[in-house]
Amino acid sequence: MLQDDLRGIFYIALKDLKAYYFKPPNISWGILFPFAFILAFALRNPGDLRALVPGLLALTILFGTSSMEAIVIVFERRIGSLERLLLAPIRLPALLAGKLLGGMTFGLTVTLVVLAIVLSLFDWPGVNGWRLFLAMIFSASAFSAMGAFVSVAVREVFEAQTLANFIRFPMMFLGGVFVPLSSLPLGLQIVARLLPLTYSVEALRSALYGGTWAQAAIDLAVLAVFSLVLFWFAAITLARRIE
Amino acid sequence: MTEAIRVEALTKVFTTAKDHPPLRAVDGIDFTVQVGEVFGFLGPNGAGKTTTIRMLTGLSRPTAGRAQVLGLDLDADLPRVKKRIGVVPEASNLYDELTAFDNLIFAMQLYGVPRHERKPRAKALLERFRLSEKHDVPFAKLSRGMKRALTIATALAHSPPLVFLDEPTTGLDVMSARSLRQMIATLRDEGVTVFLTTHYLEEAERLCDRVAIIVKGRIVALDTVDGLKSRMPQKNILVVTLAGPDGQIEKKRFISDNGIETAIQQALKECQGQSILHIETLRPSLEDVFVHLTGLSAETMLVEKGGKGIASQANPGGGNAAG
Repeated sequence: MLQDDLRGIFYIALKDLKAYYFKPPNISWGILFPFAFILAFALRNPGDLRALVPGLLALTILFGTSSMEAIVIVFERRIGSLERLLLAPIRLPALLAGKLLGGMTFGLTVTLVVLAIVLSLFDWPGVNGWRLFLAMIFSASAFSAMGAFVSVAVREVFEAQTLANFIRFPMMFLGGVFVPLSSLPLGLQIVARLLPLTYSVEALRSALYGGTWAQAAIDLAVLAVFSLVLFWFAAITLARRIE
Repeated sequence: MTEAIRVEALTKVFTTAKDHPPLRAVDGIDFTVQVGEVFGFLGPNGAGKTTTIRMLTGLSRPTAGRAQVLGLDLDADLPRVKKRIGVVPEASNLYDELTAFDNLIFAMQLYGVPRHERKPRAKALLERFRLSEKHDVPFAKLSRGMKRALTIATALAHSPPLVFLDEPTTGLDVMSARSLRQMIATLRDEGVTVFLTTHYLEEAERLCDRVAIIVKGRIVALDTVDGLKSRMPQKNILVVTLAGPDGQIEKKRFISDNGIETAIQQALKECQGQSILHIETLRPSLEDVFVHLTGLSAETMLVEKGGKGIASQANPGGGNAAG
């Protein structure tokens, strides 16, 4: 049964990448949107552009993984093709994991392009490759699970887009992308600590600027908890929707 | 194993709005489907056909009762059951963005068909369903009949011994529907067990070895088509076509419970002096049985479905001419 599940995860992700993700509008949206935000902020507040890079990478992962992920399941449920996956000899969590893997793969691919650009533009003497890799993986997993949860929580595609933006945009301004958390009022700092983007930005900053493993471990652990909890909620919600 | 499906007291109750009582969509049904037979599941809209299929394929959990599919307990062995069945839902629901070929390959990947078998088998299925020329055409761009054919082909991609077909010909033109019916007959010849729901009674009559009629969640009759017909109280029907004095064609029906001879004598007596053009005997059709058992006309059922009757496509007279 595990073999069936693993095979299902792999091929569902592959099918989603082929059918939905790797299309020109998605790729350009995934890369241009975070760049546009960062550029707008940099023009308004010219300073150390390097300081914005962790936020840029985190935003790219967030939008790369969750934009399509938040739509795919509700779209397939709407047109009936999700039923094909439900009829397949795999368990429901495996189906969902396949969806997550598709979103993660696309988000990470787009982020690698952005990473290649920023690595070629700036010097990063203290960068830790392993921590950067783990920070990207754990961030993609949390954001993809968030996208999946949004997708199963709604009934219509437009509702998914609305809910995803309702979550992402406040998170973007509170998650330490543009301004350090310490400069926010205490109340907003507490809210920021409840958002996965905050830990993603911190983990990426730590990896790029040579922070400690101990600090990185906390960020990665919190991102892992977000991934598991959101995945669990998504699986429960999807099971209820089907019944 | 002689039984492909065994269903005992299968029940599905849906909770509804606060002020309404729960809806018993399927109400304690029992039946078996033998290996290799085409089993028809007939009933009007909302009778519980699709809910039954959804329970038997694992898409919906029964409220009560139990079912065995291909010798496996549905509740305990669902993934193994799913691996051995093919399902064609009422709506063709493949992936619009994938080509005909890629849709078949994806189905085989999901069901664990060995890698070296996938391409040849996909090509063979496209050929069998006359879709070879559409190999690289996205599903979205196929005609409705082709979409239906590809959906059936996909359900057969992993060579399941049992196939569920939910209204396979609904909404198709005459040629596509005929072609699909031929495909279903071929499946039976190959030993595949087919569980078929349809609104088209004549389709069921042509294809099914046995038929269950379900009304309001309960099976009201289950037998072979001939067995169901034999339950009809009016067995001898004679239709006489007459030429009227002004050239008009008139048809008269004579029904007798005492043998066809009585009906003929009665017809000849009443039509004496008139010009008889044609005499035919009618056996009761499955439609007559359906009307007798459910009180619903076939037309009502088709209007509910929004479909066009096979009967009106092929045999406007309704019953089967046997004389």
